[in-house]
Formats: sequence, structure tokens, C-alpha cells
Amino acid sequence: MFHQPRDPRSPSVPFTFEGQACEATAGQTVAAALMGAGHLTLRESIVSGSPRAAYCMMGVCFECLVEIDGHPNQQACMVLIREGMQIKRQSRPLGE
Amino acid sequence: MPSYPEYDYVIIGSGPAGMAAAVTARQQGLSVLVLDEQPAVGGQIYRNLEALESDRPDEFRKLGAEYQTASELVRAFRQSGAEHLRGRSVWQIDPDLTIRHLGLVDSGTTVPSGCRAKRLLIAIGAMERPMPLPGWTLPGVMACTAADVLYKSSGLLPSGQVVLAGSGPLLLLIACRLLDAGVSIGAFLDTNPRGSLLKALPLLPDALKAAGYLTKGAGMLWKLYTSGIPVHSGVDGLEAVGDEQVKKVRFRKEGQWHEVETDLFLLHHGVVPNVQITRQLGCEHRWYEPQRYWEPVLDEWGNTTLDNVAVAGDCGRVCGAAVSELSGHLAALETARALGRLSPTGRDAAAAPFRTQLARQKAVRPFLDALFAPAQPWLVPENEDTVVCRCEEVRVRDLRTVVQHGVQGPDRVKSMIRCGMGPCQARMCGLTVSEVIADERQLSPEDVGYFRIRSPIKPVTLAQLAGLD
Repeated sequence: MFHQPRDPRSPSVPFTFEGQACEATAGQTVAAALMGAGHLTLRESIVSGSPRAAYCMMGVCFECLVEIDGHPNQQACMVLIREGMQIKRQSRPLGE
Repeated sequence: MPSYPEYDYVIIGSGPAGMAAAVTARQQGLSVLVLDEQPAVGGQIYRNLEALESDRPDEFRKLGAEYQTASELVRAFRQSGAEHLRGRSVWQIDPDLTIRHLGLVDSGTTVPSGCRAKRLLIAIGAMERPMPLPGWTLPGVMACTAADVLYKSSGLLPSGQVVLAGSGPLLLLIACRLLDAGVSIGAFLDTNPRGSLLKALPLLPDALKAAGYLTKGAGMLWKLYTSGIPVHSGVDGLEAVGDEQVKKVRFRKEGQWHEVETDLFLLHHGVVPNVQITRQLGCEHRWYEPQRYWEPVLDEWGNTTLDNVAVAGDCGRVCGAAVSELSGHLAALETARALGRLSPTGRDAAAAPFRTQLARQKAVRPFLDALFAPAQPWLVPENEDTVVCRCEEVRVRDLRTVVQHGVQGPDRVKSMIRCGMGPCQARMCGLTVSEVIADERQLSPEDVGYFRIRSPIKPVTLAQLAGLD
């Protein structure tokens, strides 16, 4: 749903999402890096488990919460991608 | 208690207002710290400006003349000697103006820190007004500025077909940018109610003082209407349809429903002040009826109702980048006066040229605010299944039910059905909750009031808190 049209002269940044190897361009936010790698849906909603993705991209909506390097509830649209980041999807809590 | 560093002036936000305030405050010899949670200076409007100018000069030039002017402001800010901390989220401000902030995980440390301010300037800008409609939580439905942010800060463009819906200058601007970039647009759905222009016309003569805005707007409309993409006006119903992500948009026009396929559905219903910090601090707010939002009560220098706390830019009233920049200069001059660096007459003399420009730049606003008044179908969604609180998945029906059972205001709604209690802390539902309660009770949102916003205004873990003091 999003692609990167320009010649990516900026260095490529390897990271993982759900254990899967991905690449981003330096300077991208985590949310943009994930979308550029084809990962739109970032989490399940906490009540119904419905799929959710980044909505505002400016830190307001908190829809893009992901786990980054073991830190839960990080706003993917605010954090810059770094080499080797391990990003995970957040699921609805078990038993609910 | 840790001993946090103290500054004459702490500014939150490094958009046009924050940068301008920092430049002027430094000229007056004040010590200045600017905090911003974004990765780069420029705010949303001039997002990623420095990197665009140096790394993507062709694209930078296409963004328009305002960007060239803004880059001068950024340079002045960089040379001002103001301290600048990026990637810091403010999560609490104490009454004594201790500002507590956290680092984002990319900065290598998430340790909470803080600073103390003799005077505080809140310049955190605006946010898009939520536009609740059935299906708006589906992946692939986004606020229209999200597409702009993705392009400016990360070089991403939508692939597939885009549908835009809503009203306001920003939607037009983004539609035009997408057209320029060769993005395929399936439809432009204009939700501005018919007759808006007539209502706004009496305000037009004054708006002509800032004719630049109007010619720019006319140019964008011309581009849109001659582009060949389907433009539908008078749209008064919208739904996003899909299972795992949005597949099509249903829209109603003159009583008939139509469908258009889409890969990305961009919404825009105007822009409202981000009042999260002024509310957490306890500043007084008032209802601004033309645009149906709350704004902090400010004097002509941007002072709030709290001592030593001021506001500049769009988090006071949405007036755009030029006005924001001017209001930043004015707020800094007032701070210089309050801290004894300038006499009242010295302040007024320095402020005079800014005030002249401000009057001219503001002249267009009453016209624009009337022309793009928010439309009822997305203030109070008619489909009762519409999700209002996206975090806790509270629907219009749930809200109406608790109000029918005697609940009268947002805070009671929150304690009853968790509406507004999720991580966004009512940023995405607050205005709609007040509108729906008001509609159910046949009152104005002004009478119903707004959620009480409490610290922490950004998620902070217990572990982080435990390491605090």
C-alpha cells in the first residue's frame, strides 16, 4: 500500500518484524519502515482483537503501538529505525 | 529528588512557534531549552525540513516557497544557542513547572529525566480532528496528513488507488501533492455541506487582506477539478468497508449510496488544537464555536490563566504556520519582560512589527473557519455502530445508552464504560464524546465539558517510574 519511489542512496537498515528479516532506509520511523516492508497491520485491538494499523503518523492516535527490543507499547511513528531492532506485533491479552 | 537543570525558558515543540520563540528569547539573553518528541525540528508542517533540503533538494523545491522561508527560520534556530533535545516525550508537568520527560527507545535511553522552567511555552501544535465513521479503524484508513508525513519524513508514496474524503485546505493540499507525485486517486469526496460558501461570504472582504491564501486555494481547486479524477461534492455519508484492511469506500450523495474501490482511504475533517498539555496543567479552556473545539484561554501575548505558562501557535487556536511563528516571537518578548530583561515599553516596541504582520495573516481565518465549519455527520455519527473511542472500542450506541441512564459528562462516561481511558487518553475521542453527550442531552458541548486529562500524558512504565526519584 506504500512504496518507496526514490533511489535509496541512503544506507539500508536491517531489522526484524516478528522474526522476519526486513530492510528500511536510514532516517525512517519504525512505522514507515514497517509499511515500506509491506507490513500494514501492526497489532490487534485490545477488546475485539480487530486488526489495527498506524492512523495519524504524528504521535496522537496510539494505533501503531508495537514492541521494540522488548519494550512494549512503543509508538512506531515516533521512533527512528535502528539496525538490528527486533520489532513485534502486540496481540490481545490472552484469556480475554 | 533529583536536581533537574533550570532554564529561564522551556519550550515544548520545535515547529514554527517553538523555533521563533527560541530565536527571540535567545536574542534577549535568556537560557532556553527546547524539547520535542519528534525526530527532527520543523513540527508537522515543516517536518524533516533539514534532511529534505540537504538530501532530497528536488523534492524540497517542489514543496513550495514557504519551505524556503522556513529553512531560514530553522537556520536561525540552529544558530540561536538554544539547547534542543529531540525524541523526548513530556509525560507530566508539575505546578512548580518541573517538566518530566522520557526518551524514546531509539535514543538509547528511556530513563526519565526532567528540567525546571521559570517560564514555560507550550507550542505543541495541532492535530487532525477525528472523523469517526463506520470502518475507520480498518488498516488502510488514515488521517490525510499521515500520507504527507510518510512522504516527507520517509519518502514513501501510496501504491494502488487512493480515495480522499472530507473538507478543508489541508485535504486539497495533500490531494494536489499526491497528484503531482503521480499517485492514482480513485475519488475526491468533498463533505463540505452545500451552502457553506454562502454562509462564509460576509467574511470574505476581510479575508482579502490575506489574499495569498485565497489565490493558493483557488489554484489548488483548479488543479483538482482539471485533473480528471472523479470529484464528488455534497457527500454526507461515508463508510470504509473491508475485513483485514479497507477494500472500498461507500459514500452517500443526494440520498444515493455509491461505492469506489480503494487501497488507501485518507480522511480529513479539519485541524484542532492539541490541548493535552494545557489540560493536564489545568489551564482554563473555552469553546470555540465556529470550529467546534476547545482552546486555552489566552491573552494577547499568549499567556494562559496559569502564572508563567504561555501558549504559542496552533495549540492555542489553529491559524497556520505564519501566525504560529509570529505568536512565538510575541510570547518570547513577553517572557523577556516577565523575567526583567525588557521593560513593558521595550517589549511593545519590539512587538510592533510582529503585530502588524499578525493582523494581516489572521484576517483570512474567520472566512476559512466559516467556510470549512465541521460537518454534523462526523461530529455526531448517525450510524450508532460507529466506533468513537478507538482504544477501548466504545460505540455511539454505548455512549447514548449510558447518557440515557443518567450519566451527564465525559468523566462519568469514562468510569462507566472506559471510553477515553486507553493509551491515546481521549485525544481521538474526546471531541466526539462531548458532541454525542451534548446531542443526547440537547445541550452544547460547551455545557457538557471535556474529559479531565491527567498525568501521565504519555505511556510510562512502572519500572521507569520506580527509577524516577
